[in-house]
Amino acid sequence: MADETLDCTGLACPMPIVKLAKLAKTLSAGDTMTVTADDPGFEPDVQAWVEAQGHELTSLTEEDGVFSAVITLR
Amino acid sequence: MGTEEARSATIIVFSGALDKVMAGFIIATTAAAMGMEVTMFFTFWGLSALKRGGPVEGECERNWMQRMLGMMLPRRAADLPLSQLHMGGMGAGMLKRIMSQKNFATLPELIEAAQEMDVRMIACQMSMDAMGICREELIDGVEIAGAATYVGEAKDAAINLFIS
Repeated sequence: MADETLDCTGLACPMPIVKLAKLAKTLSAGDTMTVTADDPGFEPDVQAWVEAQGHELTSLTEEDGVFSAVITLR
Repeated sequence: MGTEEARSATIIVFSGALDKVMAGFIIATTAAAMGMEVTMFFTFWGLSALKRGGPVEGECERNWMQRMLGMMLPRRAADLPLSQLHMGGMGAGMLKRIMSQKNFATLPELIEAAQEMDVRMIACQMSMDAMGICREELIDGVEIAGAATYVGEAKDAAINLFIS
């Protein structure tokens, strides 16, 4: 089970979602990825992406404007 | 919607304005990121977004009107004007500066992302013919086709947008 991290801080919409989608393509079911981003739209957008893709949002936290999402691929 | 669950999106880019073309590419890259098959069809002024700029290899046959059009239209995506407040380039320059301060992806970066995400880009053959734009002037990876190719994609797509 791979556990990848992806730093998207400093990137604006739509690049965090584009980059995490690209990373997800290289992973398989059961793998997790931890994505950090400070784009204010990231919180709803990552939830929409996870839902559309049928993956699982294991956790989504925010600290000082930086979101951290842990996604488990399905 | 088609018989199976529609998983595709199409976008007609008719406009050649920077802000509008950017909106098209933001939706295109996002739809691709969300697992959709995305087709963009560039027609009329939208074709300017696909031009590579710089000198063109090979001779492209044009009459004097088409040569004038070529001189007046943007030479590449980075040169597109704004749809509003362009102000001879000052508005576009200011907006690009603001977007760069905010780390927005530029239009060339969005186009590159779309290519990496396998967004299908089609240049309208008839518009190219009318405006005297030849294959060599366009960026790599662009297909050239007509309306039927677009409709063939759009009829089964869940999202169909027209950027005018």
